[in-house]
Amino acid sequence: MSDVVEKTLTALPGLFESQTGAAKITNRLRQLIKSITELTSKHEEENLIKRELSAIKEQVSSPNTTMKQMREIMVRAMYCEMLGYDASFTYIHAIKLAQQGGVLEKRVGYLAVSLFLNEGHELLLLLVNTVLKDLQSTNLIEVCMALTVVAQVFPKDMIPAVLPLVEDKLSHPKEIIRRKAVLALYKFYLIAPNQVQHIHAKFCKALSDKDPGVMASSLHIYLQLIRESPDSYKDLTGSFVTILKQVLGGKLPVDFNYHSVPAPWLQIQLLRILSLLGKEDQSTSELMYEVLDESLRRAEMNHNITYAILYECVKAVYTIHPKAELLEKAARCIGNFVLSPKINLKYLGLKALTYVVQHDAKLALQHQMTIIECLDHSDFTIKRETLELLFRITNAQNVTVIVEKMLDFLCYVPIKTLTFAPDNSWFIQTMNDVFSIGGDLLQQDVPNNFLRLLAEGKPEEDDQLRLYAVESYLTVLKGHTSHLPQCFLQVMSWVLGEYAHLQESVDRREVIRLLTQLLDQRSVSSETRVWILSALTKIPEGQTDLILDLAESLSSSQDTVLRQQAQELRHLSQDSQLREWVLVENSCAVDSSLSFLDGFVSEALAAGAAPYKPPHQRQEELSLNLEPYSFSLPVSLSSCSITDRQSPTLLSVSSGLSGNSAELSTLILEGVKRVWGKDGYLPQKEATAPPVDEPSAAVQPASQQEAAERIEPRPEPSTQNQDKQQLASSLFVGLGVGSSVSLLGKSEAPPPRFRKKPRPHESSSSSGTSKRSSDSSSHSSRNTTDSFLYGSFPEEEPATSISTFDHTPKSTTANGLSQNKDTKEDRHANTSQILGGDMVIVRPSTIQDKHPPSVSSDLTALLPADLKDLPHSDVISLTSDPSLSLSSCRLFRDEALLLVIFISNCTETVIKDVAVQLTCEELKVCTGNVMDCLEARSTSVCHYALLMDDPHTNVSLTGTVSYQTQPGHTNTLPFSGTLSTADFIRPLVVTTEEYGKLWLSLSHDVKQNLKLLTDAGDPLRTTLNALKDALQLHVVDIIGSEGIVACRLLSGAPCLLHCRVNGAALAMWLRSPHPALPDFILYHCQRALAHH
Amino acid sequence: MIKFLLMVNKQGQTRLSRYYEQVELGKRASLEADVVRGCLARRKEECSFVEFKDYKLVYRQYAALFIVVGITENENELSIYELVHNFVEVLDKYFSRVTLTAQDLPALHRQCLQLFQEPCSVRIHRFKVLPGQDAMIPGWWLGLGWVKDELGLGVFIKATH
Repeated sequence: MSDVVEKTLTALPGLFESQTGAAKITNRLRQLIKSITELTSKHEEENLIKRELSAIKEQVSSPNTTMKQMREIMVRAMYCEMLGYDASFTYIHAIKLAQQGGVLEKRVGYLAVSLFLNEGHELLLLLVNTVLKDLQSTNLIEVCMALTVVAQVFPKDMIPAVLPLVEDKLSHPKEIIRRKAVLALYKFYLIAPNQVQHIHAKFCKALSDKDPGVMASSLHIYLQLIRESPDSYKDLTGSFVTILKQVLGGKLPVDFNYHSVPAPWLQIQLLRILSLLGKEDQSTSELMYEVLDESLRRAEMNHNITYAILYECVKAVYTIHPKAELLEKAARCIGNFVLSPKINLKYLGLKALTYVVQHDAKLALQHQMTIIECLDHSDFTIKRETLELLFRITNAQNVTVIVEKMLDFLCYVPIKTLTFAPDNSWFIQTMNDVFSIGGDLLQQDVPNNFLRLLAEGKPEEDDQLRLYAVESYLTVLKGHTSHLPQCFLQVMSWVLGEYAHLQESVDRREVIRLLTQLLDQRSVSSETRVWILSALTKIPEGQTDLILDLAESLSSSQDTVLRQQAQELRHLSQDSQLREWVLVENSCAVDSSLSFLDGFVSEALAAGAAPYKPPHQRQEELSLNLEPYSFSLPVSLSSCSITDRQSPTLLSVSSGLSGNSAELSTLILEGVKRVWGKDGYLPQKEATAPPVDEPSAAVQPASQQEAAERIEPRPEPSTQNQDKQQLASSLFVGLGVGSSVSLLGKSEAPPPRFRKKPRPHESSSSSGTSKRSSDSSSHSSRNTTDSFLYGSFPEEEPATSISTFDHTPKSTTANGLSQNKDTKEDRHANTSQILGGDMVIVRPSTIQDKHPPSVSSDLTALLPADLKDLPHSDVISLTSDPSLSLSSCRLFRDEALLLVIFISNCTETVIKDVAVQLTCEELKVCTGNVMDCLEARSTSVCHYALLMDDPHTNVSLTGTVSYQTQPGHTNTLPFSGTLSTADFIRPLVVTTEEYGKLWLSLSHDVKQNLKLLTDAGDPLRTTLNALKDALQLHVVDIIGSEGIVACRLLSGAPCLLHCRVNGAALAMWLRSPHPALPDFILYHCQRALAHH
Repeated sequence: MIKFLLMVNKQGQTRLSRYYEQVELGKRASLEADVVRGCLARRKEECSFVEFKDYKLVYRQYAALFIVVGITENENELSIYELVHNFVEVLDKYFSRVTLTAQDLPALHRQCLQLFQEPCSVRIHRFKVLPGQDAMIPGWWLGLGWVKDELGLGVFIKATH
């Protein structure tokens, strides 16, 4: 029936209006909108609307304006007001229109009223009689309109007048009228609940209305009622369950469907009601288990709206009295959300998790790695939600780490708020709070950014902001200041110094007095004193007496800097000419050509100084390595284009191992004690670790190994993931109480802290990890350029609290923790341990020994036929747990690097739902696959194509494998690894002519002298061949003492290398269209030669 | 709870606003500007929900037009996200078939009212085509042309007329 009414309403304009009239009317508004669309500035819009409004004003006051015209005018007025311009003079006309017009005019009039007026508006009283009249009308449309307006705005005091009429409408034969009446009553309930108390029974009738629309409207009221007193409506649970069942069963008319999901928003509403009813009530909850299960099952379609329903469902499942089976299903849903690559779903998953951890903290453990990743997510909203989640799981053991993370976040806030700051005062106030709360824990760039924001704004626009700042700071300083953090004091003094003069009303003496007062405080640090004095210097002259007093008192200060500043202050305040010269306003012109040095330069040249040469030119001439010995990298200055370049020197700091850096260096440091490092004198302890450049040392003596472990956690790029895992373990500690988190076995032990320094191991031979570490470290030292250490070698884990705890249980069997040997035997028990505990910890290190390289190389036989012929690297074990072991192998295809991951099932049972997720920030990851199940003792292969657009020295990969050994228990096994640029370099086959042309067209170049291999035959040829083998370069030509070589980054940017024998060195000149590529290639060439 | 609905273009001009809770007229313009700034600052790969003062914003972009809904914290963001799309579909159905008159603004407001005030009783197929009426450039008053892309989905484009 409603369709008929609606159709009539829609058709009315067409039926009643003459064609010309409609066109004319339309034109005015269309004209207005069109011209507004074409405007470019806010100012123009303002003028246009003002003109329009004055035209409207004229028209409405004219007695000749017909009702029909008035209707059109009203629409224009609505439009103007929607744009934010005041059209209040039309309000009364809107009411008149509703009172006097025909059906169409009334309609517009009512709409205008509901848009213009709010509940308390006095003009609304004028409408009451009209509404009363219309409610009693025989015209359905009028009744409908009156009910609509009542449901939106109606004066609270007048409710009793219309209530009986509205109540009557609940039993009206027309569906649409009943529905509108229900909505009107809902509105009444919201604004005056006690007035509608007596008609609760009638709501019940609406709920059982034969029309689904009316029923749906009544749910609004019920949600509200049940939220306030759930106990009074328990008896309705059955009805709601039946309704939801019917909805799920598709009993509603199809026009309620949205993308073939039946009435999704109705479902959501019902689920909310059910969760309120079932909360802490077992018997009521039991009534709804079935329908919730059905709902979870039905919502499996792959569409956003079903996820929205699922979310609501999960919330309901966790709110009501728990049922294990449902909880399990809900937890799986959350898992799917959180792991989803769709960012909106991930958000929803986090939100669900945040809700759920209040009931079951253990669930967070399953997703700890995802949570850690989300914590560093680039999306602010995701980050924020993750913190919310962390906040919920805070306990005595992880509080320090979580608070640390929150403070990090706090430091991040100010920059973000700039985009949202609603007004200046709010912004300044918020920053004040941030400064006074965050205080000196804030990173330095927060105050810096804030000051820059203040300083860089345009004078007219931002003076307002600065004024607010000045005002607010003066108020702060007038209060109690001793507790304020130093950085806040510094910010305040800078702002007052710069901008106090903007505020006319402020007495400068007052400013000086306040600042001077600060100087007297003992808690103020000397750095802050300097800030304050600088501020005082900037405050315009005129208060000489005060300044002189101050300078006098400070001239005897023990701090020389302060004394000097005091002197300067004294001189400046006495000599106004000097002052003007020194403190020029807006003196910000920077002479970037350094022309003011011209005189100095010409003088120096005349005196016989050598003319300036750019660094790379100098390098060429001198062929002297200017680098400190610990790095063998090109000086990044050695390039013409320093801008926009990621210097590999910087990167190498992280990859240059402190222990075996000697092997990278071109200098042979064998046997030389390293006493001095980059940061100065090295402590003697570290110096005992000899350079590891001993090719024969397959197994190192135990003392060395111990020393190696004592070295500070080495900043390997691949440790990043380990860091995350440690962070995870410190964040999620204390959650799975009773579950087998091995760290928690001993509650007396101090809570493990993130970034804790390693402890020396008491046992070296029995511990699997350290054995492994000795193996692999010697392995890595033997490795040549190809040593791209895959991250999960335990030796790369800085020996932190985790490994400490990993070792200790072995000596103390009494605490009931399963040892590594046990875990192998009892795999099923172990699954749950991994689930509940920390997956990083329970990793039997012996398993890697089961796959010595000889075995792993067999894995290459498993490669798909089309990939078999590609050149590939050795198979390297990535990670393993009792059930799965992961190995990987790199295949070099022309346009991509294929990373093949072998997943081997080490158990005798079938492992199901094995899914690999691989992420890498720097690389593009294409294609991947999932397998349904993995037979016992079998190996499956999945491969990823990796693309590198921008070169990086080392790229770290992280990923997880999730699988199920038992249905319902998803285990996750994280792994990580690093790849180097060298993996992405492909030969570029060109002729000498092509090379010549290309050479000239390339802009970015780098020059550097490299080591020349002189062991056998032609040194140049030997060296180039060595490079070719190591880096897959293409040697284009060798002419005499010069050689040209070409390569490219996958199928992307080429890089040309020109090599010339220069004495005992190889002068290498690289060119590429990519600014950073030459540096990286040079870096790898250098490594390759050093390893040769 | 839905607090407001905004349709704003990339230039920050408001095309339609509907407040379900009283907001002072003077504050609306700055609120709208802040909202659109907040949404424009987001990148494509970021999620469609932003925190904004006391509200959560759920936004969806259709070509140059943003539809932004301000909701309370306890609302289900994804369901609102889909509700926006439903709204667009309804508009598409409505405006591609009905001759436009000065009634359009009210019609749009009615849709806003119906959809967002009582999302659970949404019906999509309620608009019937009136025979013999040609589709004009619908949505013109929004300053937008409304075309159908190959998927049959309504997409807003900036009006060129």
